[in-house]
Amino acid sequence: MTKPRVPAIDGWFTMDDEPRLIGLYDQGTGSYFFPKDVALSAAPGRAGVVLREAELSRTGRLWSYTTNHYQPPDPYVAPDPFEPYTVAAVELTQERMVVLGQLAPGVEPSSLELGMPMELVLDTLYEDDEAEYVVWKWKPVTVPASVQAIRENT
Amino acid sequence: MSKNEVAVLGVGMHPWGKWGRNFVEYGVHAAQAALADAGLHYSRVDFLAAGETIRNGYPGFVAASSFAQALGYTGIPISSNYAACASGSQAMEAARTRILAGMCDVALVVGADTTPKGFLAPNKGERVLDPDWLRFRLLGATNPTYFGLYARRRMDLYGATERDFAQVKVKNSRHGYQNPFARYKKIFTEEEVLASPLVAEPLRLLEICATSDGAAAVVLSSLEFARQRATSFPRIAAISTITPTYPDTWIDMPKFATDSAAGITAPDRGFKDSIAYAAYEEAGLGPEDMSMAEVYDLSSALELDWYENIGLCKPGEAERLLRAGDTTLGGRVPVNPSGGLGCFGEAVPAQAIAQVCELVWQLRGQAEGRQVENAKAGITANQGLFGHGSSVIVVR
Repeated sequence: MTKPRVPAIDGWFTMDDEPRLIGLYDQGTGSYFFPKDVALSAAPGRAGVVLREAELSRTGRLWSYTTNHYQPPDPYVAPDPFEPYTVAAVELTQERMVVLGQLAPGVEPSSLELGMPMELVLDTLYEDDEAEYVVWKWKPVTVPASVQAIRENT
Repeated sequence: MSKNEVAVLGVGMHPWGKWGRNFVEYGVHAAQAALADAGLHYSRVDFLAAGETIRNGYPGFVAASSFAQALGYTGIPISSNYAACASGSQAMEAARTRILAGMCDVALVVGADTTPKGFLAPNKGERVLDPDWLRFRLLGATNPTYFGLYARRRMDLYGATERDFAQVKVKNSRHGYQNPFARYKKIFTEEEVLASPLVAEPLRLLEICATSDGAAAVVLSSLEFARQRATSFPRIAAISTITPTYPDTWIDMPKFATDSAAGITAPDRGFKDSIAYAAYEEAGLGPEDMSMAEVYDLSSALELDWYENIGLCKPGEAERLLRAGDTTLGGRVPVNPSGGLGCFGEAVPAQAIAQVCELVWQLRGQAEGRQVENAKAGITANQGLFGHGSSVIVVR
C-alpha cells in the first residue's frame, strides 16, 4: 500500500508537478517575501499593509551550495545510517531573492557551478508509518538533449 | 575624536574550556578579575549590564540579576541583554549610554556561558512558527551550513582555495597558543587542518568554531572619573549595534530566504559592511587607523569575509592580504591576535566582551607572546543571529 504524500509543512509550497513556493507580494513596493507565516518582514513604512499571497518563480540561478557531512541535531529527521546532503542557495531571477533548499537526490554536488539555472522540485524529507513528508528541493534545470544539441551546434 | 568616549578601567576573563560548571561562577570570576584590574571594589559600581545566555535556564535569561546576586546585591540598577553573538556589545552599549547620559560613573559589564556539546541547536519542542527550529527541520541548515555557503562562494567568485581557509586556522593557532585564556593552545599545521573531516564542504572540523564555556568582563567609566585615577587609559571610541537596512540581500542564519530586491533597490552598503562602517563614523576613524582587529571567525573562511566587511581591503582581496602575511602578527594589521574563535570556541554572551578585553591588553602592551607592536587603535566585529550588528573601536 502506498503511503500518502503530504507536505512537511502546510502552505509553504504547491503540491503539483511544477511546484512553486508560496510567498507574499506587496503590490505597493513590488517586494516579495518567503516564508509567509514566520519571521515576518516588511519594507519600512509598509508594516500592516495587506500583502497578497503569491506563488514565486520556480527557477533561478545557483548562488552557492555546501554538503553537510555531519548529522544535524533534532528536529532534523536523519536517515539511519546518516547520509550527507547538500544545501543549495538559489537566487530567483524575477523576485531577486536567495532561497535555500536541499539539493535533489541524484545530483552530484561536484557537477554544480555558481550561476547555473536551477528549478524547484518536490522530494521526500522523511517518512514514518503514516505518511511520506515532502519538501521543496533544488535541481539543475534539465535541458532536453535535442535543445542541448541545437545549442552546441550554434 | 569621538564625542562618545568612555574609559576602560579594567578587563578580566575566565579561561575558555569545557568546564561544565555554573555560568554564574565563571561570570563572577571574570567580574572580580576586571574589578581587580581596575583597582576598584564592587561597591563602587553604579550599574551592571550582562549578556544573557539562553542555554542555562531562568538564571541565564536574567543574567545581570544572577551576577548581581552572586556578587552581593548592592541595590544598583541592572540590565540583561540578548542579541545572540552580539549580546556582549549590547550590554556594553547599555553601560556606555548610561555613563554618557551622566547617570552613573562606573559600570560593570559581564558575559558568561556554559554550553552543551555539539552543534548549537534550536530550542526543544514542536515550534512550527519559529524559523530557527524550522530551518533545522525542513532544510537541515545548521550554522556551519551557512558558513559552507559563504566559503564556497569565495572559492568560485574570488579564487579562494582550501589552503587559504586552512592557513587562517594555522595563523590563529600561532597567535593564540600562548594566550592563557584560550581553550585550544596548540599550533596547527596546514596538513593537520586539511586532514580533519569535512563538516560543511569545503569547511573542515578544525575550521569551524566549537562552543565553549567562558566569561569576560569589563569595567567602564566616564572619562572624568578615569582622569582622577590615571593619566592614560584605553578608551572605547565607538560601539555599533546596528540592524540591517531593508532589503537585506545576504542569506544569514536562520533565514530561509533573503529580502527581495525586486521592488526596492538594495542599499549600496550591505549589512555586514555597514556594521564596522557605523563604528568608524562614530569614532571619526577609518580602517587605515586600525593597528589590529578582532573579528568573528565562526569559520576560517568567514574571517576572510570580515577583512572586506571592516574595510581592510576591497571585496575579493582578502586572500591576497592573508597570503602576504598582512593579517599575521608582525604584519600590517594583525587580525585575531588573541587567536580568535579558532583558539577559544564560542561562549556566546561573553565573546563580544572578550574581543574588547583583547584590544585593551594589546593597547596597554600586556599581550604577552602575541603583542601587536605599537598598537594604537583596534576594532572588533561580529554579528548576532537575527540581524544584530556588533563592532567596538578601542583607542589608547
